[in-house]
Amino acid sequence: MSAHDPGRIVIVGASLAGLSAAKALRAHGFSGGLMLVGDEPHRPYDRPPLSKQVLRGDFGPDTTLPQPADLDIAVRTGTAAAGLDRDGRAVILADGERLAYDRCLVATGTRARPWPNPAEAALAGVATLRTRADAERLRQRLRERPARVVLVGGGFISFEVASVCRELDIPVTVLVRDAVPLARAIGAPLGAFMAEVARDAGVDLRLGAAIARMEADGRGRLAGLVLEDGGRIETDCLVVAIGAARNVEWLDGAGLAADRNGLRCDRFCRALRADGTAADGIFAAGDVAHWPNPHDGDALVAVEHWGNAVAQARIAARNMLAQDPAGMVPHDHLPDFWSQQFGLTIKLLGLTAGADAFAVVRGAMAERRFLAVFGKAGRTVAVASVDSARWLPAYRSAILEGAPFPPLPGGLDAPRRIETQVLEETAR
Amino acid sequence: MRVVVDLNRCQGYAQCVYAAPRHFVLHGREALVYDTAPDDADRAAIERAAQACPVRAITACADDPADDSADRAAAAGEAR
Ligand SMILES: Cc1cc2nc3c(=O)[nH]c(=O)nc-3n(C[C@H](O)[C@H](O)[C@H](O)COP(=O)(O)OP(=O)(O)OC[C@H]3O[C@@H](n4cnc5c(N)ncnc54)[C@H](O)[C@@H]3O)c2cc1C
Ligand code: SF4
Repeated sequence: MSAHDPGRIVIVGASLAGLSAAKALRAHGFSGGLMLVGDEPHRPYDRPPLSKQVLRGDFGPDTTLPQPADLDIAVRTGTAAAGLDRDGRAVILADGERLAYDRCLVATGTRARPWPNPAEAALAGVATLRTRADAERLRQRLRERPARVVLVGGGFISFEVASVCRELDIPVTVLVRDAVPLARAIGAPLGAFMAEVARDAGVDLRLGAAIARMEADGRGRLAGLVLEDGGRIETDCLVVAIGAARNVEWLDGAGLAADRNGLRCDRFCRALRADGTAADGIFAAGDVAHWPNPHDGDALVAVEHWGNAVAQARIAARNMLAQDPAGMVPHDHLPDFWSQQFGLTIKLLGLTAGADAFAVVRGAMAERRFLAVFGKAGRTVAVASVDSARWLPAYRSAILEGAPFPPLPGGLDAPRRIETQVLEETAR
Repeated sequence: MRVVVDLNRCQGYAQCVYAAPRHFVLHGREALVYDTAPDDADRAAIERAAQACPVRAITACADDPADDSADRAAAAGEAR
């Protein structure tokens, strides 16, 4: 199949990666049948605003993504795929209907990891935040001004929601099991920096804290939390933000290499079979994909960020139209993301995993405006910006080339002196 | 209309804020927040903002007139 030999493409997962792939397929001249299947009741919408401006109420909660009118795509919302018949080349829907394909893109993303105790998770007042429906419910709840919102989890969603609560002047507690929040994504020094920012904004941040059990009132509504250290927090609004689980269950029995890390694919975004060879005609992109990162010695990663979903979808789309593997292009996206919290914009380029050195190269943490770089075995592997996005692009090539750490791009405003901090194993 | 901004790309230049102040706002020094579903009547302002962005981070387009139910019907027909 090629752009000039149109077949039929079925994309499963109607969100950022799915829509981005559809747009790229048409941009590359694909004129065959294009179908987008999604289990949510909405057309593809954007998630990042859900934990930020949507909760704060700056603008409305409708974050439907722009979809060009001439995309010529059949969108089936509210429709779950239940299986994949690899030999018969068909996606099987929950109601048994079969959608035949020549190429299939798996873009089923992730879902919020539920609270592990099902009885507690089912209490009224215990929520997660992944979908538009979740955001609309939480937005409504915040309007009612709960006496205290509690977040459990030390990641971005937790901190972004806590930030909105403080901006709405709602008391908020954040429970983090680790000693430093956000450390897995942005490293310990920046995690510690954000912890201070959050506390200054009035967040009751509890590190090394965990919920032992929840208490309910007589009507199945959350009333309070008992912590492992014996302390108790009164709340009827808990947001569970303990990470994501990949939506791969529908692929059970398809003979693909899918597990809790996602759907394994090669550098061309081709899904792999259980035996490690590329599956014919099946590709993957976005949060669900588990792929070899060429910027980290082909170590496998699943990147749960907006930029990767778009970039990987575009590569998968190109490769779906290639005549043979020789015509395919590798996915060599440098992972990136942004977060907005406590009035600051944090951006990261590269991966901080395994970094052993850290240095602020422009601005200063005390000014809450700086650029910092991460080193690993003497090479520059990532750069982070706090309200300094304009400096970021200058460091992209240093990361791509694996420049010596710390990198010193010239220029008049280059820093004079750089203090390097060694990152301890435990703090990484 | 539908609007999305690639905030990896956005550098907080705020050109869009000058072009369409009711739809693009800086929250803090460089956290851009924006109207994801502006009125079709504001199309000119939104397009001005998209044009003004020096890093071309803004994507906007008119609403697809087809509603979801029409889509589903079309899809079901095609699937047979
Ligand atoms: C609240 C929130 C805030 C975020 N903020 C940021 C941010 O600031 N910066 C950043 O870089 N990233 C952010 N992200 C991450 C970003 O939104 C994701 O990386 C992105 O949505 C991934 O897109 P995707 O299409 O791969 O997967 P998803 O968006 O997860 O979409 C997958 C879709 O497939 C559907 N699906 C699943 N199983 C099936 C099935 N069997 N049949 C049919 N459909 C199915 C799902 O319901 C979903 O609609 C945020 C995410 C959330 C939830
Ligand atoms: S003009 Fe572009 S770069 Fe500037 S704030 Fe708007 S979107 Fe961001």
